[in-house]
Amino acid sequence: MSDLKDLYQEVILDHCKAPRNFREMEAPDKSADGRNPLCGDQLTLFVKMDGDKVQDVCFVGNGCAISKASASMMTGAVKGKSIQKVQELFNLFHDMVTARSPAEASAEGLGKLAVFSGVCEFPVRVKCASLSWHTLQAALKDEGTCSTE
Amino acid sequence: MTVITKEAPPRVEGRTFDPETIRSDFPILSREVHGKPLVYLDNAATSQKPAVVIEALENYYRELNSNVHRGVHLLSQKATDAYEGARETLRAFINARSLAEVIYVRGTTEAINLVASTYGRRNVGEGDEVVITAMEHHSNIVPWQLLCEDKGARLRVAPMDDTGTLQLPELEKLLGPRTRLLSLGHVSNALGTINPLRQIIDMAHDRNIPVMVDGAQAVPHLAVDVQALDCDFYAFSSHKLYGPTGIGVLYGKEALLKEMPPYQGGGDMILSVSFEKTTYNALPYRFEAGTPNIADAIAFGKAVEYFQEQMASGLLEYEEQLLDYATEQVGALPGVRIIGTACEKVGVVSFVLDCAHPHDIGTIVDQEGVAIRTGHHCAQPVMERFQIPATARASFGMYNTRADVDALVRSLHKVIEVFG
Repeated sequence: MSDLKDLYQEVILDHCKAPRNFREMEAPDKSADGRNPLCGDQLTLFVKMDGDKVQDVCFVGNGCAISKASASMMTGAVKGKSIQKVQELFNLFHDMVTARSPAEASAEGLGKLAVFSGVCEFPVRVKCASLSWHTLQAALKDEGTCSTE
Repeated sequence: MTVITKEAPPRVEGRTFDPETIRSDFPILSREVHGKPLVYLDNAATSQKPAVVIEALENYYRELNSNVHRGVHLLSQKATDAYEGARETLRAFINARSLAEVIYVRGTTEAINLVASTYGRRNVGEGDEVVITAMEHHSNIVPWQLLCEDKGARLRVAPMDDTGTLQLPELEKLLGPRTRLLSLGHVSNALGTINPLRQIIDMAHDRNIPVMVDGAQAVPHLAVDVQALDCDFYAFSSHKLYGPTGIGVLYGKEALLKEMPPYQGGGDMILSVSFEKTTYNALPYRFEAGTPNIADAIAFGKAVEYFQEQMASGLLEYEEQLLDYATEQVGALPGVRIIGTACEKVGVVSFVLDCAHPHDIGTIVDQEGVAIRTGHHCAQPVMERFQIPATARASFGMYNTRADVDALVRSLHKVIEVFG
């Protein structure tokens, strides 16, 4: 069960039960829908910009614990950051969850997001953890929708 | 009130079904998953294969491998005999009138696509209608959608109620003068519902509407007799019936098959070819272009023989009892809701838990060695009907036991521990 504890850490369960920034936004500057058709995860992300900075970001939708917690924690992590900084964070996060083994999963520079390092041991759950990030990218690039099948 | 008779196959006196003996016939069941014994409950996705099937595959490639219908040499003749012998086994299995009515395909999906692009293309025109039901697998939705888009025809969908039972009066209303075909599943993969096929087919035939049946989920759990059902087309796959992947059967009434244009062109489906004119081969070969999946067809025949032996020993009664037990045990979990509670079901228990998303359930029970399916089961409209994104689904096969159900329930308690 040690692997499972890595995946479902307390912080993740907490964010799943009480997701932060879980609301709609009136008149967002950018928004996108994300879907993971394989398991039915679905979210809509709203972004308010301040120049090239993410001033506010929130989401609605439903999905598994990993996708919900990831979206919740992502909103906290990217607020106030520039688009470039968000991209850097996404790259680090992506590298961590797709690492071939926990030993190779570097959480450096990811702060609280390090709780998702256990995801790399569950390859089929990588899409759940990265759905909100892909959706954010789609929103920032004005692509509208994103699917992680 | 709809009465469905699960037609019991002839039972051989004095034989009883023994799951423990059966288990020893399936090599994969002795392996471990995450350090725990494998509890395989994803049989509606695909079943495991008994040693006789695996050996048939190996034996073919070691002893018989050769192309069929062509060579005068010994191996080709032997391969042809085994390949055509399997067709006879399959014919007898579903009680088709003749071998001409038994067409080898890759699987149920290809069978439905074959009918849509031959019978459908010829008989469905602008303003016509094709009727399906709300519980179909995507493979019995999309081919008809493609056809209807192409022809300017309309796809109509018969609803089901909250238990996952087809609403026959509503279905009947949809069968009109423009209906060119009714295509429906015998058994729902996501819910386990058995449709009262005989009654539905009569209803359609009263209006001269032919009926195509997706039997992928039915053949592993029911005795199917295509003549008794009087269906016009019936499709099923080997891999859900303890046989290899990549092979299946399309049954069609000879009178209909004869009038259908070819599906794919190539070798084996022709009698003679010149650049001016090609004469097509007789049934069933007319629909079997190219070198077929010889090894898997032969092994499919073995799988059916094996399955028939178990049916004769009382498999179907055993499966019913196991379903009752599983429904009771899973249904007793706190915060559980079983999706699909029709009176007549095969061994499928689809469910959701208040505390956890199906995807999380799947991951946690997998750590306990329990393999179930989570997601929309290629039936997104079914999920929409029940307003849920996904379900967790345990589906049973001949080697499953009460101990497997108990392992599932124990692992679900772990899920509740984590999320409750």
